[in-house]
Amino acid sequence: MSDPHLVFVIMGLVLLAYALTGGADLGGGILALLARGPHAEAERRAITRAIGPIWEANHVWLIVLVVLMFTVFPRAFAALGIALHIPITLALVGLVLRGTAFVFGAYGLGDDGERARWVRVFAWASAATPLCLGSVLAAVASGEVRVRDGEVVSGYLAGWSSPFGLATGLLAVATFALTAAAYLSADAGPEVRPRFARHTRTAQAIVVTLALATGLAARHDAPAFVASMRASPWMPALLASAAAAALVVWLTAGRARTHLTRAAVVLEVTCLVLGYGLGMDAHLLRPDLHVGNAGSHPRTVAALVPVLAFGTVLLAPSLWYLLAVFRGERARREAAAEAEAEAPRRTPDDRPGRETCAADPRDGRGSSH
Amino acid sequence: MPDLLAARAQMALSLAFHILFAVAGMAMPVLMVLAEVRARRGDAASAELARRWARGTAILFAVGAVSGTVLSFELGLLWPRFMAHAGPLVGVPFGLEGFAFFTEAIFLGIYLYGRERVPPAMHLFSAVAVAVSGLTSGVFVVAVNAWMNTPVGFTLADGGLVDVDPWAAFAAPAFPTQAIHTALSAYGSIAFVVLGIHALCLLRDPDSVLHHRAVQMALGLALVTTPLQIVSGDFAAKHVAAHQPAKLAAAEGLFTTQARAPLCIGGVPDADARQMRWAFEIPGGLSFLAHGDVDAEVVGLDAIPRADWPPVAVTHVAFQIMVACGTAMLALVVWGAWLRLRRRPLARARGFLRAAVLAAPLGLLAVEAGWTVTEVGRQPWIVHGFLRTADAVTPMPKLALPLAAFTSLYLLLGVVVVTMLRRHVFATTRAERVVE
Repeated sequence: MSDPHLVFVIMGLVLLAYALTGGADLGGGILALLARGPHAEAERRAITRAIGPIWEANHVWLIVLVVLMFTVFPRAFAALGIALHIPITLALVGLVLRGTAFVFGAYGLGDDGERARWVRVFAWASAATPLCLGSVLAAVASGEVRVRDGEVVSGYLAGWSSPFGLATGLLAVATFALTAAAYLSADAGPEVRPRFARHTRTAQAIVVTLALATGLAARHDAPAFVASMRASPWMPALLASAAAAALVVWLTAGRARTHLTRAAVVLEVTCLVLGYGLGMDAHLLRPDLHVGNAGSHPRTVAALVPVLAFGTVLLAPSLWYLLAVFRGERARREAAAEAEAEAPRRTPDDRPGRETCAADPRDGRGSSH
Repeated sequence: MPDLLAARAQMALSLAFHILFAVAGMAMPVLMVLAEVRARRGDAASAELARRWARGTAILFAVGAVSGTVLSFELGLLWPRFMAHAGPLVGVPFGLEGFAFFTEAIFLGIYLYGRERVPPAMHLFSAVAVAVSGLTSGVFVVAVNAWMNTPVGFTLADGGLVDVDPWAAFAAPAFPTQAIHTALSAYGSIAFVVLGIHALCLLRDPDSVLHHRAVQMALGLALVTTPLQIVSGDFAAKHVAAHQPAKLAAAEGLFTTQARAPLCIGGVPDADARQMRWAFEIPGGLSFLAHGDVDAEVVGLDAIPRADWPPVAVTHVAFQIMVACGTAMLALVVWGAWLRLRRRPLARARGFLRAAVLAAPLGLLAVEAGWTVTEVGRQPWIVHGFLRTADAVTPMPKLALPLAAFTSLYLLLGVVVVTMLRRHVFATTRAERVVE
């Protein structure tokens, strides 16, 4: 169990978890940019409601990934911090703006104009962040970032400022938007669901196009990465699954079986992350740092096992409960949304305001005087 | 600006910004639990108070979450050579912190958004879970800092670390005193902010039940934590005297090793002239504080190579500010306790309320000053005695650019947060009328 390879696999799972949860939250921001027409406000409200209770928890997967990396592969973490200082810093600024703008819009008690400004900041930051994160993933795969004797020797632009870096970034943006659209086309209120279904199909087409473009760019910018992918016996099955999933998404989006769309999107993202993992071929930073030489200490790797086990035991039921509470509520919320459609337009942060004066049953006991 | 200075400034800025939200994330849930418990006994004002605190906390927690993320990445962006060595040693506490924070985020989501969706007992439980995981995540992070102050659990060989003990941070000698001191500072500082804000509201509207409750609860938390903090500060000082003599010498501006060392109040240390100017001195005071004996010898900066001195003036001034704030806070708490003992209604104690308003920022000021003492006082080391900050910094040039970016970003966020919290405090009188 003290094998750093295992930690590499766990990191892949954490990346997948982030893509499917935190990524979808970023995707929600991207969709907020696309909200148009008579139901624009309802679309934005659906996005805010879906993200509100869970985005901070979803965001932690990214931190878990970082902590795993510097705990087990500290040399790779150090090299990344130096070589990819620029895209990582940009991603951080994006994450900060997106998180704070979201909560300022939802809890800021501002008027409509102010709230719209925060939504714009939230949306643009949500779009910019995956672009930077994607280019970081491209850089570590590219083979352009070189480390000799523990020093980065390839400068500060290598790997990420290439067509492959840009294509991977755009692919991340489109994938997150696809995930968010698929989730929302299943969960949102009936008046906006068709819009999200249309977004799902559009995003799916863009994801396929960008995946092909990324592959083409990779042949030139990351040849060893592509070679590792090709050498893997799993690759044909993975490609077939991804293609089948994309087809299912295209065919089922907006139809009755929304859970099928959602499952297909999850499968598609899983294939993308798995494919990336195969291409990395147990490297943290191609070609110089791999699981064998990235500075792992056997005792630290061994100690992580109880930590991860303890954490999972603690987390899994809580996380399940969080999702259950806000999933189960969705059906009721949809009914409420239908009733609301007639009522004067309500804004997302009415909820805290409404709670203040709402007839909460637990209030009844106290406010009798 | 030299890149090392820019990197230190960016790290200091990020920590100073994040810590304000981190202490709020630790302490506000405790106040919310207190309010929820009273609300369950049928107190409507407490129920309304819990809701309002929850809304403010939602903003503070989000800013804390994203600014904490920035810090975890900045470890690699600014100090890659520190992390290349220390990662395996500090990874376990950071990993545990990650899980604690995960738990905190999950239950905060349930608490904030689930009021009408989960059973009341579960709702209260989620508030307790937030409070407990907030405390544990804070303690885990402090373990890392304690390890940097008093590193253990490894052997140096061929420029690398061998025999790494991943649990060593929890065995760092500084860990117990630092953890307790930091946790108490979180509760005390936020109690004072809440006390000050609601005291101001109570001065404006003396009949408000809601603000009266808030003042009672915040004062209650301050009553418990402030005196304990003075005691824990004494333990911390004795520990620093034993394990980090350079830090204590800098904090006290003690240039010469001496028995019956004086305690300097105020004053400006002149590192070049190696003397303290314009300080009020209590003979033997430092010896007593550091070793419990007025005649004990205290190590001065002369025992430490000049190249290993921390910036003396900054450390000393920060330490003075922290102690002054703590003393003023204790005085206010004693005043509050006396009012309570005499059963005077706090809404009529206008002098006390005015003092509480003035004292509102003192706790946060003390937190910032205290972190300055522990961080600047450890310089020039990033890992005390083993790795210098100058050797840990990234080779990345033009670090003034990200520093400028984060400075403007955090200034903007600071202004926005204050504006929004002001709205929450002052723009909800309608809700109060409903409750009262």
